[in-house]
Amino acid sequence: MLVFIINRLIQAAGAVVVMSMLVFIGLYLIGDPTAMLVSPEANDLERAAVRQAFGLDQPIWMQYLTFVGNAVRGDFGRSFLTGQPAMQLILERMPATIEMVVVAIGFAVLVGVPLGMLAGLRPKAASTKAVMTVSILGFSLPTFWIGLMLIMFFSVYLGLLPASGRGSTVNVAGVSLSVLTPDGWRHLILPALTLGLAKAALIIRVTRAATREVLPMDYIKFARAKGVRPRRVVGVHLLRNILIPIVTVTGLEFGQAVAFAVVTETVFAWPGMGKLLIDSIIILDRPVVVAYLVLMVFFLIMLNLVVDILYMAIDPTAREKVRDQ
Amino acid sequence: MIPTDNARAQDAGSLLSIKGLKTYFATRAGVVKAVDGVDIELAKGEILGLVGESGSGKSITGFSILGLIDPPGRIVSGSMSYNGKDLTALDEEGWRQLRGGDIAMIFQDPSMTLNPVLRIDAQMIEAMQAHANVGPAQAYARAREVLVMVGIPSPDERLRSYPHELSGGMRQRIAIAIALMNKPGLIIADEPTTALDVSIQGQIIHEIKKLCRQVGTALIWVTHDLAVVAGLADRIAVMYAGRIVELGTAEEIIENPRHPYTKGLIESVPSRSTRGSRLHQIPGMTPSLLNLPQGCAFRERCAYAVSACGDEPLNTVEAGGRTYRCWNPLGGPRP
Repeated sequence: MLVFIINRLIQAAGAVVVMSMLVFIGLYLIGDPTAMLVSPEANDLERAAVRQAFGLDQPIWMQYLTFVGNAVRGDFGRSFLTGQPAMQLILERMPATIEMVVVAIGFAVLVGVPLGMLAGLRPKAASTKAVMTVSILGFSLPTFWIGLMLIMFFSVYLGLLPASGRGSTVNVAGVSLSVLTPDGWRHLILPALTLGLAKAALIIRVTRAATREVLPMDYIKFARAKGVRPRRVVGVHLLRNILIPIVTVTGLEFGQAVAFAVVTETVFAWPGMGKLLIDSIIILDRPVVVAYLVLMVFFLIMLNLVVDILYMAIDPTAREKVRDQ
Repeated sequence: MIPTDNARAQDAGSLLSIKGLKTYFATRAGVVKAVDGVDIELAKGEILGLVGESGSGKSITGFSILGLIDPPGRIVSGSMSYNGKDLTALDEEGWRQLRGGDIAMIFQDPSMTLNPVLRIDAQMIEAMQAHANVGPAQAYARAREVLVMVGIPSPDERLRSYPHELSGGMRQRIAIAIALMNKPGLIIADEPTTALDVSIQGQIIHEIKKLCRQVGTALIWVTHDLAVVAGLADRIAVMYAGRIVELGTAEEIIENPRHPYTKGLIESVPSRSTRGSRLHQIPGMTPSLLNLPQGCAFRERCAYAVSACGDEPLNTVEAGGRTYRCWNPLGGPRP
């Protein structure tokens, strides 16, 4: 088990190195950030001074090595734009995004799994057909459009919920959270719903497919032949077996949502990381982009590790494979 | 055949009585008459072999007795009673209490019947708790007890295992142990040795027979293999195209078959006396249940068919309770 986790961390380190090189070269090729850093009227001398100050006059491999040397010590450089440490800039924004995504995915699982199971258990019911039709809409409609419609209805027409911002937050151990205040929740509902609807639609379809696959299995019929109560047949024998695909999809979607929540964050002016990333890419703010991607690679690999550990809790054969490694 | 077994079976009184059972499947292509008028009388503690080719309706008969027919299948008519209780009048909860409590079932493929993500102890304890208001410790003790009964060494270790950690024979023993958990009056075994190695098959058959005799549990052993039930069953019922075409004591059926189909089945079993010679095979294939021929369903494959076979053969009952459905039976004059 420990060997398994250490292996994963080594993999993560390798992925971070490769990824940082690619991003470094990519951004170098796209353009010169100097243009963004000096006023259009600046003369060549001023430009050269700025380039020197930011180390942009060095060859790319030199710049990269300097970056790596600093990064190993935890210093990912300062934003070209604000002069703040890049990592700090990102970490400040991270709780807002994670909070929104956790609520969205939580909503998607709580709605998606029961509806998906019902749809799988009663394939011919009218309610199933309705759920499946709505779920197709759920992941076909673009997120920004759903967001705008929700704002139209709940904020503009009904005037119930705020259309933008994060509301009041509470500071817990240096992390500001909206989920702890009623006003925060009012601000959180619409963005989380926007992000969560598409995820719920996906989870419904995965759960239904898994249910349809497990239901004809002999062990379900055998459980019934033992006289096990229907609630236990569904809640234990069926559910434990469909959890594997559900956990896989939920894990993937969670990572995806955290790394790329930018559309929802933009629609609701939610001050998360996604918005920061897009702004930084536009102005070629390399330290922020690189730091962001390093953080995300690390986060996604950790997430995969958590998913793998969950597999082991669910599936005894997975446990065995790890033991054999 | 051991005569004492026979006598005991007949003395004990009726356990299961099925009359005119019809289980049909409504498919897009038409109605499949999987079980089409089956009568079974089973005495307490009796072992009945239900033999037939695939598609003869033998497994569906077994599932019908437990009310485990899923749509599009449906029991369309017939009466079934167990210990005097009318099964056709049961609601879903009544069926649930019957399953695993009064009548238990063992399935064909032991690698598929145990839930792969649940430990053996959980799967055994729930079988008992579904029927008796007992705590986990008491159910665990019973689970341990039946595992010892079916000959599983170090039962505590097995109870902590997951199915994939056990061999096929071991899993089937556990399935048998689960069937025995609640001391059922009847066990329906649906080809429980087909998926096992031949050496394990013999052990399991021996074990089940011993246990049923010990506990006094009746057994319906569903199989395509006449050789398996020849030494196991008190009586044998041969099914063809949804009907029981011949029924009698194991000895009568094996030594002196009346129905040509039974004779065909017996001759297709390899034995010491037929060594070196070509095995007999029944010509043709099982007819489609969607579209049965008029009269006797076996007529077109039968070497003894006569013109009368164009009509539905009546169920002939002989003096000893032996029955067959044939216009031109083998082995001597009709009574």
